Amino acid sequence: MAKVTFKIGGVHPDDAKLSRGCAIEVLPLPQTLYVSMAQHLGAPAVPCVAVGDKVKTGQVIAEPGGFISAFVHSPASGTVKSVGPRRDLAGNGVTHIEIAVEGDEWVEGVDLSEALVKEIPQDRTAMLDRIKVCGVVGLGGATFPTHVKLNPPPGSKAECLIINGAECEPYLTSDFRVMLERADEVVVGAAIMRRILGDCPCVIAIEENKPEAVKSVSGAVSALGYEGISVLTLKKKYPQGGEKQLIDAVMRRQVKSGALPISVGAVVQNVTTTLAVYEAVQKNRPLISNVLTVTGDCLPVESQRNFLFRIGMPLNYIAGYAGGVPGDAAKIVSGGPMMGKAVADMDAATVKGSSSILYLSESLTRRKPESACIRCGRCADACPMGLEPFLLNRLRKAGDLSGLEAGSVQDCIECGCCLYSCPANIPLLDHIRMAKGQVMGIIRERAAKARAAAEAVSPKEVTKENK
Amino acid sequence: MQTTIIWTIVILTILGLLLALVLYFIAKRFKVEEDPRIDEVEKVLPGANCGGCGFAGCRAFADAAVKAPNLDNNYCPVGGDEVMKKVADILGYEIKAKAPMVAVLRCNGSCDNRPFTNEYDGALSCRVKAALYCGDTACPFGCLGCGDCVDACQFGALSMDRNTGLPVIDESRCTACGACVKACPKKIIELRAKGPRGMRVYVDCVNRDKGAVARKACSAACIGCGKCVKVCPHDAINVEANLAYIDFTKCKLCKKCVVECPTGAIHAVNFPILKAKEENNG
Repeated sequence: MAKVTFKIGGVHPDDAKLSRGCAIEVLPLPQTLYVSMAQHLGAPAVPCVAVGDKVKTGQVIAEPGGFISAFVHSPASGTVKSVGPRRDLAGNGVTHIEIAVEGDEWVEGVDLSEALVKEIPQDRTAMLDRIKVCGVVGLGGATFPTHVKLNPPPGSKAECLIINGAECEPYLTSDFRVMLERADEVVVGAAIMRRILGDCPCVIAIEENKPEAVKSVSGAVSALGYEGISVLTLKKKYPQGGEKQLIDAVMRRQVKSGALPISVGAVVQNVTTTLAVYEAVQKNRPLISNVLTVTGDCLPVESQRNFLFRIGMPLNYIAGYAGGVPGDAAKIVSGGPMMGKAVADMDAATVKGSSSILYLSESLTRRKPESACIRCGRCADACPMGLEPFLLNRLRKAGDLSGLEAGSVQDCIECGCCLYSCPANIPLLDHIRMAKGQVMGIIRERAAKARAAAEAVSPKEVTKENK
Repeated sequence: MQTTIIWTIVILTILGLLLALVLYFIAKRFKVEEDPRIDEVEKVLPGANCGGCGFAGCRAFADAAVKAPNLDNNYCPVGGDEVMKKVADILGYEIKAKAPMVAVLRCNGSCDNRPFTNEYDGALSCRVKAALYCGDTACPFGCLGCGDCVDACQFGALSMDRNTGLPVIDESRCTACGACVKACPKKIIELRAKGPRGMRVYVDCVNRDKGAVARKACSAACIGCGKCVKVCPHDAINVEANLAYIDFTKCKLCKKCVVECPTGAIHAVNFPILKAKEENNG
């Protein structure tokens, strides 16, 4: 079959998957873990343990703080030492639960065996509930609560489940290793989600630079014999792992501005999320661990690693275990080099969505001096959402918010292709992200006003709908 | 050749006159009756169109002031009491005198007090920086030093001090329009009463971290120890979330807190220098 990719824009950075040969190692537990309450998109979780409480591995320590929120579980057994603000990756204070580790004694009812459970339960609601209770969130980057995504609103139907194995960010190899080493579990997880979504077809999409993963997942699919699951090889192009780009590549459908993927019948889940769904449904294991790559251009290949970490491990503990921060590292990034966030504080703890510790050298990361825009249009060619970044930047400078909205700045996925392709080194993404925030604020305000006006007109009808 | 030019001039002149007549009658026929006082009020306003009053510009303010039943909710911070008195005279309203305000920077995290922990390499804008992370020092509350407030000020009252990396407010130019307060993503700049002869006492910090953490990040940080609260005879200071705040409506400028503060986070400005020991306070 011909390899496919998304139609508009995209760039081709060197994929630099240096750590692809490193098998996943299990990190030993440190003495203290710091579990963040804001590990997911939406409202932060609310701690439900007090200082001095004894907790076991997998025990619920925080409950969802809203509809779009998630449970948080203890990543080890021990004593709660403190509950309070601590710096996150960006250096801002977020409530963390500090746990003094005393061992790894799991709560009851969790299947800790390695055996593959192939039988898929029939009860949709029970499975969804299990996913919710186990605190599964999307591990592809956005950390959106999975149970919300797998439960499409009434009136919409999933026509295709896409398992995202693109891993288009350079350097990262955690998804690749998961597909290679735990292909069976990923495929069972895909089958579970397919069942939850009403037996829609499922496509596992993998980029062509990971032929071993394609082979291993295809092998697992044919060996396990589930119906309706296929593997699709994609051309290598960044940002293929973007939800809307992947839907375009796989289904040839475009999600409208402001709409959700479900509007074109698509549900996209990352491979590691799929693994987490498998563990939640089949083994009753809550999401307390994930795979993380320690890599970078200034780290020798022999010291690069892929780790299975528990949430709440401080970054400097992991870095220390992997051999310390290399001396010529100028920037440490959590996530990929294109969309990842620079780490402001190595004391920060890992969260559910952590995917890497990336050491970048000065030459690779230092921004070059900015010069004037010559309207070459490279950014417009590179933008996968079909926007015109140079124009948006001009509108931003002029403070023209309605112009920005007409230019669809709110559709920006912050992939960084414009910044990557700009020959004048203009920090386009920085400014556009800012403008997007402002425009989103206006749109939300307008929506809230419209809702308030509608409620004022017909309060009875609205309350009925809500019920 | 010549006739063409002459005809062109004649035709265009006639056309111009005709259209002018049309415009004249249209302007007469569809004239919008406006309260003449709006023009009068607009004339006495400063005309900076800064938006400090909360309206889009001076004309919008004048319009609102004329239509409002009193002037309680309409106040031009730039013109101050002087201009408002003129406005009140035109409209025949009473005004309540307001104390003149001034923008105050509540961060003393200069390069000496607050060492850098990392280097920022992105677009030079506080808002961009604040959206990315806490800033290039260990204090997640303090000034980011990219000068969004300087860009926002229409009166040239703000400038960046290269030595400290902090903005400096020129009191003589500050009109308390509040543009810088809105521009600052960290909410560091506050409008405070200017005080008699410009004298005022304030806490020069917004760090809400616990004392030890705040002190580690910045040697001039408020550590929330509460010594100032105990010493204040006017009950003007309270400590909330590890940060002291002086209520300028209650402060009587006794400066007891300034002496008491262990980190020197409380500043007293524009006081006459009486003795040698008070030199540091200015």
